Amino acid sequence: MLLKPKCQNGLITKCIFINNEWHVSVSGKVFPVYNPATGEQICEVQEADKADVDKAVQAARLAFSLGSVWRRMDASERGKLLAKLADLVERDSVYLATIESLNSGKPFLPTLFVDLQGTIKTLRYFAGYADKIHGTSIPMDGEYLTFTRYEPIGVCGQIIPWNFPLMMAAWKLAPALACGNTVVLKPSEETPLTCLYVAALVKEAGFPPGVVNILPGFGPTAGAAIASHMGIDKVAFTGSTEVGKLIQEAAGRSNLKRVTLEMGGKNPNIIFADADLDLAVEQAHQGVFFNAGQCCTAGSRIYVEEPIYDEFVRRSVERAKRRIVGSPFDPTTEQGPQISREHQNRVLEYIQSGIQEGAKLECGGKALGLKGFFIEPTVFSDVRDDMRIAKEEIFGPVQQIMKFKTVEEAIERANNSDYGLTAAVFTTDINKAMTVSTAMQAGTVWVNCFNALSTQCPFGGYKMSGNGRELGESGLKEYLEIKTITMKTVTKNS
Amino acid sequence: VLQSASGSPGTFSGAGGEGCVHVTYLLETYFVLFINNQWQDAESGKTFPTINPATGEVICQVAEADENDVNKAVKAASDAFRLGSPWRRMDASHRGLLLNRLADAIERDAAYLAELETLDNGKPYAVAYSVDLPNVVKCLRYYAGWADKWEGKTIPIDGDYFCYTRHEPVGVCGQIIPWNFPLLMQAWKLGPALATGNTVVMKVAEQTPLTALYVASLIKEVGFPEGVVNILPGMGPTAGAAIARHMDVDKVAFTGSTEVGHLIQQASGSSNLKRVTLELGGKSPNIVLSDANMEDAVEQSHFALFFNQGQCCCAGSRTYVQADIYDEFVERSVERAKRRVVGDPFDMKTEQGPQVDQEQFNKILGYISSGKREGAKLMCGGGVAADRGYFIQPTVFGDVQDNMTIAREEIFGPVMQIFKFKTLEEVLTRANDSKYGLAAAVFTKDIDKANYVSSGLRAGTVWINCYDVFGAQAPFGGYKASGVGRELGQYGLENYTEVKTVFTCCLHEAPSDVITR
Repeated sequence: MLLKPKCQNGLITKCIFINNEWHVSVSGKVFPVYNPATGEQICEVQEADKADVDKAVQAARLAFSLGSVWRRMDASERGKLLAKLADLVERDSVYLATIESLNSGKPFLPTLFVDLQGTIKTLRYFAGYADKIHGTSIPMDGEYLTFTRYEPIGVCGQIIPWNFPLMMAAWKLAPALACGNTVVLKPSEETPLTCLYVAALVKEAGFPPGVVNILPGFGPTAGAAIASHMGIDKVAFTGSTEVGKLIQEAAGRSNLKRVTLEMGGKNPNIIFADADLDLAVEQAHQGVFFNAGQCCTAGSRIYVEEPIYDEFVRRSVERAKRRIVGSPFDPTTEQGPQISREHQNRVLEYIQSGIQEGAKLECGGKALGLKGFFIEPTVFSDVRDDMRIAKEEIFGPVQQIMKFKTVEEAIERANNSDYGLTAAVFTTDINKAMTVSTAMQAGTVWVNCFNALSTQCPFGGYKMSGNGRELGESGLKEYLEIKTITMKTVTKNS
Repeated sequence: VLQSASGSPGTFSGAGGEGCVHVTYLLETYFVLFINNQWQDAESGKTFPTINPATGEVICQVAEADENDVNKAVKAASDAFRLGSPWRRMDASHRGLLLNRLADAIERDAAYLAELETLDNGKPYAVAYSVDLPNVVKCLRYYAGWADKWEGKTIPIDGDYFCYTRHEPVGVCGQIIPWNFPLLMQAWKLGPALATGNTVVMKVAEQTPLTALYVASLIKEVGFPEGVVNILPGMGPTAGAAIARHMDVDKVAFTGSTEVGHLIQQASGSSNLKRVTLELGGKSPNIVLSDANMEDAVEQSHFALFFNQGQCCCAGSRTYVQADIYDEFVERSVERAKRRVVGDPFDMKTEQGPQVDQEQFNKILGYISSGKREGAKLMCGGGVAADRGYFIQPTVFGDVQDNMTIAREEIFGPVMQIFKFKTLEEVLTRANDSKYGLAAAVFTKDIDKANYVSSGLRAGTVWINCYDVFGAQAPFGGYKASGVGRELGQYGLENYTEVKTVFTCCLHEAPSDVITR
């Protein structure tokens, strides 16, 4: 692999990836990338801006032109390339997990066993779909032979967040490439490193130049350039609802590019008195604290039925106090740092608001340690629905526990949100399970479990949590344009 | 030289000669039954010889399964299918992963498998290596991808019920495969059956058992649980029949002659009503219109008939040529047939190897005689092509009439029948006038004619300006006596699926204005 010396340092690549080549930024700018466990800088990465986005879009357009290698490739061959990429990610999974942990603060072992496996499985799943995207032949009125072709949309802009950098890259690349699109992907400025490593694997796997282009950079510059680019046919964004709205506006103002959004959540977790309490406490704990609370799926509103409320709070607090916060590379660590100083401050500010608005701080509440951006696992009880900590997405290790009396009340309060990403219900009663799960205005509902995600299952939000679905067969739809072809025939027969 | 095997590995060497593949392999190959991931002799101790059709010589002895062995295999497959078994509890995506690993292992050993296939079946090595093997790998990879994508539905029925379907495996699947594409037929059967979670008892053709048995060792190597795949070399009337009438086999899939297809379906009816899918014979019409590209049509039509020594269920064995181009077409086809290189399958120049065995050899020569007797015009060939092995000269009959034996019955050999026709309506009627309906083709530049003919032909596959184009993604199967059901594509999954509908009563705990259905 021929790289300019300034592009590579050991396993870390720091340049912009366009046309299977490594580029420095047009402006010459670079930006720092940090280790959130220590606050120290890891390296500097080339900073893509509008001019680099233009270059990438040009490469992606060319790779998508009629008659190109990518357009003329057998669908099964696209699948084979994705499967090869999965094999390479698997080969280098320890390196990737290490870089991911270093750059994002996620504990190393869960990263290796959850993030890496999720990444590999997603690539393999969509590899298998590439030659199974069927149009239909249609019994139309009149003397016609009519069928549909499911074509790729074209050049897809993809903007991904910092909470699951590698896995989010796979969730975006896999369906887009399986369907035959070309991609301009901007990883988060917080966590570009694993995505750039994957770029090298994309080249090694044998994807033609221009099919995948990776541009590390900032939202307001590179991200905005993608969202408003006249040469991009579709944008897929995962991140905050606030920015999601900007993306949608930009698409409307520019060329009406197709938009899919995966955004925030304030997800209700409803625990009935007949639930298996040990299971419910542990799942609710992991549901909100996993990934240091930095999950769009976090169960950050826990509604507990009155009879078991006190016991549930007691056990949750005891569990939170036991949660091990420490270095991501310590195998006993359950919780690493928050992603940045800015983010840490925001979470601490929410905690203050909780205290001020009268919620009961059961444990935690403060920053932890002198270096890095750690926060103590924090539990609030006696939370009221109108408090900020009950309405707004905190994205940190802060658990809110509320009390409820009846099923109707729980359903109504759970649905009373502009968000609608996930929900959960814990009960051993089949009727409560069916009633509540069907009533939830949420894209994923868990019964007696939490954060159970798999590449075969569509995932996405109701209301302001998102538009469209990722994963599963549904994930393909967003990357296809349907063309109906109607041919005159001389005599029709059934 | 192969040694007869009894649980011990065999070795062999490829044929020599100028321009030939000349290799001696030492890969462990077992020539006995494969049950529960173990190699074992037949209970009776019987063996049968498998023959190299290029020379007529015995390659080796192979264990011969009969009813008792079938019973053992079915028991192993049933155990592997029981509720709670490793195979039943496996993630669907993991079944896919195992199929992908099998594809990888076959790809790794492709050269060996192609040699073994050529030795046992007689097809040219160049074709076995560049056509059969890659398509085996692609088929397995295709179905590997389906394993975790074969979804049921949730259904909005009337009433307060939650209703969904589960796509479950059928259970123990008997699979009986032919000798014309031994490895490929094995992949076509295993792919969908294993992707959907079934267990398999497979009887391979007695003419060509060797490559399937090698694949069995790869199945074990890549990690399929024991009992999931069981492979039995043996005869149709004994082992095959035992599978077809077995009370504990839930489904039988058969590829072979229409004559035996009838027996399989009857056996299902008289035993336990096991689900039946059949891929049988054909007498496929290949229609060449006067506006076709002549050179292309001649070459494709030649290929359509003569490929694989004429031993294709979908062979284009009735070539209908429009009157104005008939003479030129026949002349060019004869010239092409005379140029067809018949020889040692290991010679890279060879286009046509021997027929698979003495029985086929005799039958084909019998059909050629009948053609001559009934008044068809023998344009070239018609005789034996070598003094050992089962080689037949590429043969072309012109002026064939629809009522002749060679026009109606499946010859399964290198014998081409050319007919003359005038109009489109006429040829469509004549093409459909057959008990078969496997495939068909039309050669024309005119889009309207192409659409008219392709929608009118009663055949499971219609090729337009091409022939014998296959893809793991595209369903294949017969109308009428050519078969029941479709293989390949998504459609191929249906035969291996039992649909269960689940209804759950929803007693709502809250007033209905809060609930959305």
